[in-house]
Amino acid sequence: MILQALALTLRLAGTVSVILLLLGTPLAYWLAFSARRWKFFVEALVSLPMVLPPTVLGFYLLVALGPLSPVGRRYQAITGHTLAFTFAGLVIGSIVYSLPFAVQPIMTSFASVDRKLLDASALLGASRWRTFWRILLPLALPGVLTGFVLSFAHTLGEFGVVLMIGGNIPGATRTISILIFDQVETLDYVAANRTALLLLALCFALLAALYALRRHATWNLWEWR
Amino acid sequence: MNAPHAWEAGRLDVAIRKSFAANTSGAAALTLDAEFAVPPGFTILFGPSGSGKTTLLDCIAGLQTPGAGRIAIAGDTLFDSSRRINLPPNRRSVGYLLQSLALFPHMTVRQNVHYGLRELSHAGRELRSREILESFRIAALASRRPSELSGGERQRVALARTLVLRPRALLLDEPLTALDARVKSQIVDDLRSWNEQQRIPILYVTHQREEVFALGERVLALDRGRIVAEGSPHDVLQRPQLESVAQLAGFENVFDCSFVADHPEQGTMTCRIAGSNVDVEVPLTRIDRSRPLRIGTRAGDILLAAAAPTGLSARNVLPGTIESMEQRHVMVIVNVNAGARFEVHITPAARESLQLREGSRVWLVVKTYSCQVWQGSSG
Repeated sequence: MILQALALTLRLAGTVSVILLLLGTPLAYWLAFSARRWKFFVEALVSLPMVLPPTVLGFYLLVALGPLSPVGRRYQAITGHTLAFTFAGLVIGSIVYSLPFAVQPIMTSFASVDRKLLDASALLGASRWRTFWRILLPLALPGVLTGFVLSFAHTLGEFGVVLMIGGNIPGATRTISILIFDQVETLDYVAANRTALLLLALCFALLAALYALRRHATWNLWEWR
Repeated sequence: MNAPHAWEAGRLDVAIRKSFAANTSGAAALTLDAEFAVPPGFTILFGPSGSGKTTLLDCIAGLQTPGAGRIAIAGDTLFDSSRRINLPPNRRSVGYLLQSLALFPHMTVRQNVHYGLRELSHAGRELRSREILESFRIAALASRRPSELSGGERQRVALARTLVLRPRALLLDEPLTALDARVKSQIVDDLRSWNEQQRIPILYVTHQREEVFALGERVLALDRGRIVAEGSPHDVLQRPQLESVAQLAGFENVFDCSFVADHPEQGTMTCRIAGSNVDVEVPLTRIDRSRPLRIGTRAGDILLAAAAPTGLSARNVLPGTIESMEQRHVMVIVNVNAGARFEVHITPAARESLQLREGSRVWLVVKTYSCQVWQGSSG
């Protein structure tokens, strides 16, 4: 039971952090370099999940994913079941919930790369695309790595949103944090302790690895090019 | 710009306007309004900080967009507001050495130099870069990172990285300011010999007077966004027609004056320094005597005497007292109150042999022909 919950949690965190890397990087690029007046609006929106209680987020996501919203209805019409209380629903919820943890560090590291280097790249004939891959990304790599790991770790530990939109279905939506809640509710403190300790160790190992790696991972990771 | 044969010479033509409001970081409002041509060879763009030099280069390279105007190299338009042409920097073929050089820190010298040669084959890239690394004497540094290079070496790498692309014009933004004179002149010599074959227009920005004389075949003086003088370094700096250029040209002593008397038979006139009773004899000049005048003289052209000098040809001998002295490198800056405050530059040896100290009584000797006279600003 604990292994099933662990596998599910890792699958969720992996899926979410990879999607957030692909989604958050262009968003962070736009936030770091756009001169749009209404940028602050998007910045606030991206940061919102950091301050909102998971229950608020979970509630609206539940409504949005369920048959009450056009998206939920469309999904149900196509697949025959609702997004709520499924793994896909959990992924969507977690993406929203962990978005700031991916976007913020990536954006900060993009903004801290010397603009003159980006100018120099353009002056040497490089397109924006080439400048992104050859100059910006290698120099911002520690921040991108941080965004990736933080969104992974944050998804590992989420509880409120999962409970609201996923419920407690073994193998589909019962993550480790839900399992612990379950075990405490049934007064099985020994099992709860085992599970909690596992999550604690996992998160700690992940963060320790991140900070150790960050010290070395500047552009050296790019050496193979 | 109506120069039908401009393209033949491969020259860079610029005519732009751009306005900036005063901003919160303390920069004053500036209107850039400059029209000039840069023929193949070295041209110095000379001006004080804040005169718009870097903005001008940014506009030519495409990093900033002018409000209006036209920029062309050899007749090919890079920017034309009336035709809505505005090529991005990566399609202008303009080499631009930023003041910070902006070498890519995560790449070796070789990788930096290869960066712009993406369209060549590997062999072609090697050939071109080896050629340029040798021209700039940095072949031995090819596998180093920028952080492992000296200031002069970085400079050479940045030049090689830009010139390996064979740009149609080269812009340099005070790149050599921080280097010592020997390293600087070696780099400039290498750049000159490279350009003997390429013959592209090189626009070199500086605010240092010494660099103008050392490098310039041709000088454009920029002040408050406008080209205020152009010509040889001597024309622009030694005989300045405009006060703004004079201030740039290193007149440490500039005084508001009123006209006192003409001595046409002597070829001189007498002026009185405003707010004092100090009269100075200056060259006779055709200017409006009823309007305010200004005179300027260089601190290095004034003699300092520890006793009242006699039997001198110089017409201006002014008694005064030393208010302060400050040694800067091999030069002593002496501030003398002679009814008006003068700055005088002497050598440390002169200070020792004259036993000068603060409060010492001294005489300033100012030759008539070392004084420059202009019309002051009215009001």
